[in-house]
Amino acid sequence: MRPGDLLGFAFAALSGHRLRTGLSVAGVAVGISAVVALTALGEGARQYVVQEFTSLGSNLVIVMPGRVETTGAMPYGGVTHDLTIEDAVAIEQRVAGVVRTAPVSVATETVRFGDRGRSVPIIGTSADYRFVRQLQVAAGRFLPEGSSHLAGNEIVLGTKVARELFVGTSPLGKIVRVGPYRFRVVGVLAPKGRSLGFDFDDLVFIPVRTGMRIFNRSSLFRILVETSSTAELAPVRRRVLALLRERHRADDVTVVTQDAVLDAFSSILAVLTLALVGIASVSLAVAGVGIMNVMLVSVAERRPEIGLLKAVGATDRQVLAAFLTEAVVLSSAGGLLGLLAGLGAIRAFVRIYPTFPASPPPWAVAAALGVSVLVGAVFGVVPARRATRLDPVAALTRR
Amino acid sequence: MIRLEEVWRIYRVGESEVQALKGVSLEIRRGEHLSLMGPSGSGKSTLMHILGCLDRPTRGRYLFEGRDVGTLSDEERSLLRQREIGFVFQFFHLLPRLDALGNVELPMLFAGIPRGERRRRAREALDAVGLSDRLDHRPDQLSGGQRQRVAIARAVVMEPSLLLADEPTGNLDRSSAGEVMELLEALNRAGRTLVVVTHDPEVASRAPRVVRMSDGELLEEEG
Repeated sequence: MRPGDLLGFAFAALSGHRLRTGLSVAGVAVGISAVVALTALGEGARQYVVQEFTSLGSNLVIVMPGRVETTGAMPYGGVTHDLTIEDAVAIEQRVAGVVRTAPVSVATETVRFGDRGRSVPIIGTSADYRFVRQLQVAAGRFLPEGSSHLAGNEIVLGTKVARELFVGTSPLGKIVRVGPYRFRVVGVLAPKGRSLGFDFDDLVFIPVRTGMRIFNRSSLFRILVETSSTAELAPVRRRVLALLRERHRADDVTVVTQDAVLDAFSSILAVLTLALVGIASVSLAVAGVGIMNVMLVSVAERRPEIGLLKAVGATDRQVLAAFLTEAVVLSSAGGLLGLLAGLGAIRAFVRIYPTFPASPPPWAVAAALGVSVLVGAVFGVVPARRATRLDPVAALTRR
Repeated sequence: MIRLEEVWRIYRVGESEVQALKGVSLEIRRGEHLSLMGPSGSGKSTLMHILGCLDRPTRGRYLFEGRDVGTLSDEERSLLRQREIGFVFQFFHLLPRLDALGNVELPMLFAGIPRGERRRRAREALDAVGLSDRLDHRPDQLSGGQRQRVAIARAVVMEPSLLLADEPTGNLDRSSAGEVMELLEALNRAGRTLVVVTHDPEVASRAPRVVRMSDGELLEEEG
């Protein structure tokens, strides 16, 4: 039997039961569209996170005080040394592959201007922070360069802070208070928006040494280290660890590379995507059982037809192929329909949330179509075999 | 051309055995017209199914053109049915979703004959049974006699040497029955062996040779 004739025979048989055919196709379509849409969302979430990370500076090595490990039974064991501005300077000057470093100290405090006040995160850092985090200045300038200025009284405002405290007027050159301390506004950042849950518009920057003094901190919160290339990330991490071990005479810092953090997020989201696909696949299995059911009913109804096909010389293999083709036509029609529905849903979603880069990866599209064909082939086998096993005499005589 | 030697067909129904055929021996010559008569349950349908290679003898031999059908595989018997045997049934067994042309094309579909040739041969076969104006009618748009004529066209379209008709007039009025029998007899005159299974003496007596069956055995031969 020719493939075209096989398809024609299947189409003719299926068009005889439009409602039944439509419902089975719809079942597969729902499953496939769910798989396509959910993989697109999961993949979109992953790409979104990757984008966010890159917008916060690439090639970053982050140094944190303390060590992520279980120490001995001693209640005050595992003494950690402070992470200092001098450490940051030493890393910048002595570690190969480092472009710049930015020490970071953080506290939340109320920033006041006149009778207006706003409680925001206050970042104590150096001029290089702007380059490390890729921040743009809208007015004035960022913190002044040079180590002599690490203890100054300059302040740079996030755009939202500037807007809220200085309604309509320019904050440049004005004096604001942080707690009892007075700071002179030297710059306002350009809007950057939220990144990874952190609002870069709603914070202020002051020199790091000043920050540590007024927050009463002896240790930095972080040292951000920018490397010359992605390839330098791992070597720089090793060299930073070695340098600090030498300086502190202990392994008392944790150093992570940004790509490690990114990898972690990425793999979490990949697992999430797989989980979503798994859930959607359940609906696909249900659709497959639906097809099996419809085909079993069809075989039972068409006993005389099967008997006749055998009488006119159809071999068992041809009868098997005929019914299997019907099942595959059902499921692949559903697959095609589901693919279109899923892509349509994703397009609508992206129209509503334009920043979310949701698009189904090519492998998901290919897999969706492949799986839909497979569903028909797998769930069609049992009914088709039942058709071939039918005794032609019984099938023809029982009416 | 057809030879049955001591053919037994025994069914197992639950605990008991049903002996549908009890040692039937029969010889049918090429081009012969034969009626197989007998009351229902006499085994004539079973005999027809064995002649049509839809069923196999439990014991004994069935030689079709010298080939022992009992030793053929399922696939070989399918091909034998496809090329050598045409069936006409009491209840027509047309596929309701296909028009007359589609139904006649069906055997050629499984024989792998290309579409163009299928169309042409099906049209010729329907022409030969006088239905050239009903090619695109579906079975529910045809009368009983017309349906049986479509079924006859389907039975002969592969040019089989043996035509098996199981109560071909059982579901038809007198005039349609006459037409159908005349068609079958014309095909027989054209060289095809014709075996008609019936319990209607009038239909049976149209054949030069009548074989009677009772309780799984051949009784006598007339004519």
